Amino acid sequence: MDQSKILTEINRIFIEVLDEENIEINEYTTADDVDDWDSLTHMELIVAIEKRFKLSFTTQEIFEWENVGAMCAAIEKHLK
Amino acid sequence: MIIPNFKHLKRNSKKSVVGLSERKIAILSDSASQYLVTALQGYGHESGHFFNVFAGGYQEIGSEILGTNSEMYQFEPDFVILFESLPKLKKSFYSQNNEQKNNYASAHLSKIDQYLDAIKTKLPSTKVIIFNFQETLDPVFGHYAAKVTSSLSYNIRMLNLGLMHLAQKTPNLHILDFDSLISQFGANNAHDDRLFVSSNVVTSLDFLPTVAKNISDVILANGGNFKKCLILDLDNTLWGGVIGDDGIERIEIGSLGIGQSFTQLQQWAKSLRERGVILAICSKNEEHVAREPFESHPDMTLRLDDIAIFIANWDDKVSNIRFIQQTLNIGFDSMVFLDDNPFERNLVQTHIPEITVPELPVDPVNYLPFLESLNLFEANSHSDNDAQRTKQYQQESDRAKTKQSFLSETEYLSDLEMQASCDPFSKFNIPRIAQLTQRSNQFNLRTVRYSEEDIKLIADHSNKFGFAFSLKDRFGDYGLISVLILEENDGGNLFIDTWLMSCRVLKRGMEKYVLNYLQDFSAKRGAKALIGEYNPTPKNMIVKDHYSSLGFIEMNGNFVNQTHNYEPLPTFIK
Repeated sequence: MDQSKILTEINRIFIEVLDEENIEINEYTTADDVDDWDSLTHMELIVAIEKRFKLSFTTQEIFEWENVGAMCAAIEKHLK
Repeated sequence: MIIPNFKHLKRNSKKSVVGLSERKIAILSDSASQYLVTALQGYGHESGHFFNVFAGGYQEIGSEILGTNSEMYQFEPDFVILFESLPKLKKSFYSQNNEQKNNYASAHLSKIDQYLDAIKTKLPSTKVIIFNFQETLDPVFGHYAAKVTSSLSYNIRMLNLGLMHLAQKTPNLHILDFDSLISQFGANNAHDDRLFVSSNVVTSLDFLPTVAKNISDVILANGGNFKKCLILDLDNTLWGGVIGDDGIERIEIGSLGIGQSFTQLQQWAKSLRERGVILAICSKNEEHVAREPFESHPDMTLRLDDIAIFIANWDDKVSNIRFIQQTLNIGFDSMVFLDDNPFERNLVQTHIPEITVPELPVDPVNYLPFLESLNLFEANSHSDNDAQRTKQYQQESDRAKTKQSFLSETEYLSDLEMQASCDPFSKFNIPRIAQLTQRSNQFNLRTVRYSEEDIKLIADHSNKFGFAFSLKDRFGDYGLISVLILEENDGGNLFIDTWLMSCRVLKRGMEKYVLNYLQDFSAKRGAKALIGEYNPTPKNMIVKDHYSSLGFIEMNGNFVNQTHNYEPLPTFIK
C-alpha cells in the first residue's frame, strides 16, 4: 500500500472518529489544524487505525508523531 | 440486542436529552474518566435516559467526599460511583511497610466506610456504587501469595470480600463487580497500557461500553427498571433438534455432547425462576407434543411447574407474546425473548420494540456464555417471596378458569373466600415493601421509589404511618400485596404519600378494604380527612380515576375523603 492510499484511508478514519464530514488531511496536517484532535481523540484515532491496518504501534511511536506524514510513515513501516 | 461500540456511544452522547428521564451521576475515579463519562452518557440514550454525569478530578476522591461543600455535593447526585484502579492500588500498596501491608485491606475498608458515612450525612438518599478491585496473580509472591497475609493478591481479595460484606449491611451501597467484568471480557482486551501511560486511562476503548452498560444496569434496576419475565422458544433453544420431527427420544439434552449446552441454559432459566423471574414458553408446535419433554423426558431440568404460561401453537409469535404480556400484566420493557431463529427474533423486535431480544450466537455452545455476558437480569432486591411468584401466576390462571363458570362478579368474589390482614412496617416485611415500591408501576398513585433504608426511616418516623396489607383466598396466599404510607400534616389531615397495589389482586375490592381500614385509623387518630394525589406516569393510567371512584372529592388538584361520617364501603374481604 503506497503513501497516498494510506493517507486516503487515514482521512476516512479521521472523518469517522471525529464525526466531521469535511476533514481533509495531508502529510503536513498537525493536531492544531483539526478541531477536536486532542490527546483523547488521538488515542481513539490510533485504535481505529490499528484495527483498520491490523497492526500495533509502540507507545514511543504514538508520542513521536509530529504530523500526519509521520503517522503514514509509521504505518508503512509496520506493513512491510 | 448487542452492546454498542464506543463510537456509537460517543455519537449518542451528543444527542439531545430533551424529554428524557434524568439520573444525576457523579463519577469519582483515581484515573482519568473522560472516556467513561462519554460512554455512560451515550449508554443512557440506549434506554431513553439522560445520564447527567459529573466527573470529579482524579486524585480528588477524598476531597470531593470529605469536603463540606465540594462540587460533588453542589451537584446533588442520585448516584455516586467510586472507581479505584489496580495501578493506583498497587502504587499505594507497595509504598507501605510490612506491617501496614498486613492490615492494608482493613485500613482501606475503614476509609471506604468513612466515605460512605460522609456521603450519607450530606446526601441521605443518594446511592453509592463502588467498583470492586481487579484481582491479579501476585506479582511478587506468585501463587505462594495465598500463604502470605502481606501479599497484594491476598489483600485485594480481602478487600473485595469486605466490600460485599459492607454492601450486605448498607442498603444504599451497591458493588459493581468490575473484576468479573474484566475476567469475562479478557484482561488483555480490557486494558490498553499505552492509554494508561499517555492519558491515565485504565480501560481500553473497546471495554468501555461493557463498563457503561453494567453501570447503567445497576442504576436502572435501582429505579425499578429491570427484567421480570423470560420467554423461551423450544426447538433448538431449550433443546437440540425439532420435537415434532425428531421425537422425544431424539432431541438433544442431558449430559452428553451438545445436549449439555441446552441443559446449562435450562439450569440458568430454572435458577432465574427460583429468584422470581417468570418463565413463559412461546413455541410453534402442537401443544401436546411441546409439553411431552417437560412431562416425561428424564433429562429435562425445566418442568411444567416452572412455567407460568405455556404457549405452543401455530399463531405468529408477536400475537402470542402480546397475549403473555396481557396475562402477566407487566410492561414489554421488562421482558426478554430467546429464540434461535433470526427471522422470529427480527419479527418480534420490529413489532414490539420495547422487548429485549438477544442476538443468540449460531452455535448453541455459545448460548449461555453470551447470555451471561449481557447481564440481562440485574436484580435490585431479594426476598423469600421471590420463589413463590410462578406459583402465584399459576394460581391466577386457576382463578381465571373458575371465574368463567360464575354468572356474576359478586358471586365469584364471595366464592373466593378472601381474607386480608394489615401489618405495620417491621424488619420482616421491609425488604418486600421496598421491593414493591420499586417494582409497582401500574397500580401506583404517586410512584415514589423507596430503598429499604428509606422504609426503615418511615417506620421510625413519628408523623408517618406505614401499612402493609396481605391477602389470601381459597386458591392460595398472595402474600403482601398493598403498601400505604400516610403522612400527618399540620392541618390534621393524613396525606396519602404512597398507595400501591400488586396488579395480581385487581378487581377484588381490595382498595375498598384498604380505604375502610385507613378511615378507621384516621378516626382513631382524630384526623379530619385523607388527602390523595395522583401523579400520572406513562404506566399508571389504570388508577387515573382511583380516588374519584372511591368517593374522594377533587379539590385544588388533590382528592379529599372526610373522616367524619365516613360510611365503610362494602367488600367481600374478611
